[in-house]
Amino acid sequence: MTAQPDIHSPRGRPLPQPAPLARTVDSVTFSVMLYLVIVGGLVWLAYSGAQAMGYNWQWYRIPQYFYTVTEDGFQWGEISLGLVATLWLSALAFLLALALGLVVALLRLSGLVICTAVAIGFLEFIRNIPLLVLLYLFYYVLGPIFGFDRYTASILCLGVFHSVLISEIIRAGINAVPKGQWEAATSIGMDRGQAYRYIILPQSIRFMLPPMTGEVVHMVKSSAIVSVIAVAELTTIGRNIISDTYMSFEIWFTIAAVYMAVTLILSVGVSFMEKRYAVSQ
Amino acid sequence: MAGDAAIITFEHVDKFYGDFHALKDISISVREGERMVICGPSGSGKSTLIRCINGLEFHNSGVLTVDGIEVFEASRSILKLRQEVGMVFQQFNLFPHLTVLENLMIGPMKVRRIAREEAERTARKYLDRVHIPEQADKYPSALSGGQQQRVAIARSLCMESRIMLFDEPTSALDPEMINEVLDVMVELADTGMTMVVVTHEMGFARKVADTMVFMDAGEIVETASPETFFTNPESARCRAFLDQILDH
Repeated sequence: MTAQPDIHSPRGRPLPQPAPLARTVDSVTFSVMLYLVIVGGLVWLAYSGAQAMGYNWQWYRIPQYFYTVTEDGFQWGEISLGLVATLWLSALAFLLALALGLVVALLRLSGLVICTAVAIGFLEFIRNIPLLVLLYLFYYVLGPIFGFDRYTASILCLGVFHSVLISEIIRAGINAVPKGQWEAATSIGMDRGQAYRYIILPQSIRFMLPPMTGEVVHMVKSSAIVSVIAVAELTTIGRNIISDTYMSFEIWFTIAAVYMAVTLILSVGVSFMEKRYAVSQ
Repeated sequence: MAGDAAIITFEHVDKFYGDFHALKDISISVREGERMVICGPSGSGKSTLIRCINGLEFHNSGVLTVDGIEVFEASRSILKLRQEVGMVFQQFNLFPHLTVLENLMIGPMKVRRIAREEAERTARKYLDRVHIPEQADKYPSALSGGQQQRVAIARSLCMESRIMLFDEPTSALDPEMINEVLDVMVELADTGMTMVVVTHEMGFARKVADTMVFMDAGEIVETASPETFFTNPESARCRAFLDQILDH
């Protein structure tokens, strides 16, 4: 009996495979192990350093700052309340930054000399002032003039500061849409506003999402700076707890972990959105 | 078969890009229902000419009148005019974030303010006309080049334009898809639509053109009926061009 040649099996020469060592180094298992070794090393370094200082770790005292359950029932702790304040602050500031950023970007792209000049002037003015100085300006100078409280001053400061960064992201996103889309929109009789709203902006979102994620994360983290004018958000709360308890290591590690958790959740959330916008293209 | 009334008139139109003289003293008119095919070497100004008609570019001097409206940048009527003039591009320029049906409906709904149901009826009618009713709910990226270009033609038709401009509509297509687009254009010509077509498809030109125009270096070198144009062109430049594109 002769074997039937199987037409589905490859008939050509098999290609040379990478050497066993190279294959091991390329594998996922190896990468994970390497990662764990490095992270473990860093943790050990920090821990042994702290041991050498004779630091008295009191991690057991941390959970009460998240929540407490007493006879009176469940109660949110200070860190949780601070987190909520941070999230509110960031969310409001982000909405303001987005609206203002869109206006600045559209002014810049308007093609009218005066509008472009105003946009560039605003952009360079804000972008070249350190955030901390801008915050002092809003709180100590503009605050008394216009009667802001510290909370309003913080939102305005963060919103204005990030609006110029966001305006550049929006501008880049709009410019990334091919010119032919403008022409097609124009040729069916759309005016500039309609072309932006129905054709250009919806398409530019997918170009804006990745850098915008970075901007949101940056915003959440830079909101920590308002602790210098004693707005009761996460970082301020952390400082207050430390001044009561002297647990610098535990509290700052905890606060850092909370920020990280928030920003990681944001990043993952946006990457889902990116997929959604990518599919519909 | 074309009527007598001129619907597009160029009178001594000039156009510059900086120092570059793109259109030189163009005077020509297109009658209602006329099919004009413009050809010429690349860089001869044929695309610029056609793009001036619906104000995608603006000429610098002279008078250009389309459907009774003078075209110039500061004109208040330019948006109105563009609704009357459909345009099909070399690169299709479909809206990639909208389905085929939405591509066809967005102009009528947002620009002409037509109700959704009616816009959808019109859209489906013209999708039938370009022979791809089954693609209505797909996104443009799922379509072949020929299908995309037919959607683009349907998109212009949905605006119920009276004039259709074609800027090298088959140049970006794979050879086997060219005919499906040309067939649709021939059918459109049979309905009596006024058409101005920039193309190198001379078979198509022979079949549908009332007038052939040859451009070179920003000038109209020759305007003739297809019979004269293909058998006995007057200018040497035109003869050389035809020899090059017809013999290969």
